Amino acid sequence: MWEYSDKVKDHFFNPRNIGELEDANAVGEVGSLACGDALKLFLKIDPETEKIVDARFQTFGCGSAIASSSALTEMVKGRTVDEALKITNQDIAEYLGGLPQEKMHCSVMGRDAFHAAVACYRGQPAPSEELEGQLVCECFGVTDEQIRHEVKANNLTTVEQVTHYTKAGGGCGLCHEKIAGIIQQVRGERKQEPKTEKPAPRMTNLQKIAKIQDVIEKEIRPMLQQDGGDVELVDLDGNRVLVALRGMCTSCPSSSLTKGGIEAKLRELVHPDLFVEEVAA
Amino acid sequence: MKKVVYLDNNATTKVAPEVFEAMRPYFTERYGNPSSMHSFGGSVAREVSAARRSLAELLGASPQEIVYTSGGTESDSTAILSALATNPGRREIVATRVEHPAVLNLCKHLARTKGYIVRWLSVDKDGMLDMNEVRNKISDETALVSVMWANNETGVIFPIDEIAEIAQEHGALMHTDAVQVVGKIPIKVSESNINFLALSGHKLHAPKGIGALYIKKGTRFSPFVIGGHQESDRRGGTENVPGIVGLGAAAALARKNLVEENTRVRQLRDRLQKALLERIPACRVNGHLERRLPNTLSIGFEYVEGEAILMRMDEKGICASSGSACTSGSLEPSHVLRAMGVPFTAVHGSIRFSLSRFSTEEEIEFVVRELPGIIEFLRSISPFGRDALSAICTVH
Repeated sequence: MWEYSDKVKDHFFNPRNIGELEDANAVGEVGSLACGDALKLFLKIDPETEKIVDARFQTFGCGSAIASSSALTEMVKGRTVDEALKITNQDIAEYLGGLPQEKMHCSVMGRDAFHAAVACYRGQPAPSEELEGQLVCECFGVTDEQIRHEVKANNLTTVEQVTHYTKAGGGCGLCHEKIAGIIQQVRGERKQEPKTEKPAPRMTNLQKIAKIQDVIEKEIRPMLQQDGGDVELVDLDGNRVLVALRGMCTSCPSSSLTKGGIEAKLRELVHPDLFVEEVAA
Repeated sequence: MKKVVYLDNNATTKVAPEVFEAMRPYFTERYGNPSSMHSFGGSVAREVSAARRSLAELLGASPQEIVYTSGGTESDSTAILSALATNPGRREIVATRVEHPAVLNLCKHLARTKGYIVRWLSVDKDGMLDMNEVRNKISDETALVSVMWANNETGVIFPIDEIAEIAQEHGALMHTDAVQVVGKIPIKVSESNINFLALSGHKLHAPKGIGALYIKKGTRFSPFVIGGHQESDRRGGTENVPGIVGLGAAAALARKNLVEENTRVRQLRDRLQKALLERIPACRVNGHLERRLPNTLSIGFEYVEGEAILMRMDEKGICASSGSACTSGSLEPSHVLRAMGVPFTAVHGSIRFSLSRFSTEEEIEFVVRELPGIIEFLRSISPFGRDALSAICTVH
């Protein structure tokens, strides 16, 4: 049984803004009956102000799909289109007090439906068509571009995570290697990317160390310990984070992935310029 | 705790009060080890033997043919691994695509890691086997045929005796996962060519953690759990005495209640099926209507998703289960319903109700009252809801 938050349950049992919107001027559709979930989003946008005056939805899907749809309509109402476009799938999940990892694709579906509706409003091709690319997962019809996009947007580091967010790889499993290849490719590109445009927070070394310790303690260690591993912060040299991997992680062939995962978490939660190096324990 | 309408008995059952009472002394009073030399422990061995006789009688077996295990999965593993170990010259396994994971995943594992060839038997839209395919796939290369007696999701019953005969003609061993049938339909293994039969206590009102494996006399055997001399050297480890006593008591009750399972429980199931089909448009029964366990109803509600149905039923206290992908954590819906070719409009919204002799008419009426509204609401918020309204209610 899933551990749904009270907010998810509330939005499932009492969904807001259900049904069609007669005078909608933007409609976005994602998913299908065959995939097991589908969302049709209706928006009424004021052409003068580009404000979203009303939002309604119809969803076929599980509890978290219905809750994510309901949350999405509440989140976009009253905002301008540009403001609402900034809403990420993580924002939807957070609004709901979190979603089980396996259900993150429901929040992705919400964001995608909104982007599709906006594209419809602006007379642009649907975003999924833009992200055409090559088919990777045949079971759920997911392309390499879609996977690449989600890996970047959500800092995904494992095939399992990609499945949770995009469904890719959730069927026969034949595409797992391809997905792993895409993850590595994206991570490789990211290292060479120029620094993010958002000004990085100014932090003293002491502040950084304290924050890194905190993130390791709360976010990273529990994850590694599930697999019988562990990590320890050894030193910080500028933005160079020296860590020692212990237990199962040291001998694990995917330890480069583990290191990548730690780096992604630290960049996300502490400072975008950090990079992780492994030292002997 | 709120009132619970428990219609998920293929998942697990309530321990019958008589079973619990029979077990009670074996925790704090008669806690001796049946292998001990002193009479305090040794006297318990007599109860273990009595329970074995009771279970053997339910199966139509002799007590020496029963080995206690920790449950259905251990029994399946023991049977399959033993059959392969004692048939080293044969490298093929024949099994159905709709086996329980206890068999399905072990067979896949053996194919992956030990190079066994698994010949999978498919099922038709009613969940039935094609006997011609069965005959074609079983050969002199077959070490083991493993076919469940009845399917846990649809309740469809397979012709095990007939398959066992074909297996024997080719010198292959026959194993059946009978977890869902023991106590629900009459069984007489002595008249059949079945070599192994797996059962689980908690599906017939005994507790979880106890099961048994029937091993036909004369079948070569290689133990799975190796240790002490318990169970005549066929399964090491100190006996789960309370569980064994409970299983013996449950077997005696099952014998007594077999008729009720097939009359009153069947009538309740049929009533539930008829009322839901009448009241809810666009739904269909999964599985053959006749060749089916008396307690099981798998029904697909088109254009709605199973987890959403389960959550709304749960709010009313109704317990059932779903073949939907979303409830299992995997993204693919039930391998059983997909193997049957259930259309994707119905597979995601398939719900399994499984009754027991503790099910009541009031409970069935409650579901019949509550469920149509739940389906109607979920369809009203679905982009495909209109399709459902235009469809008509069908049994296939």
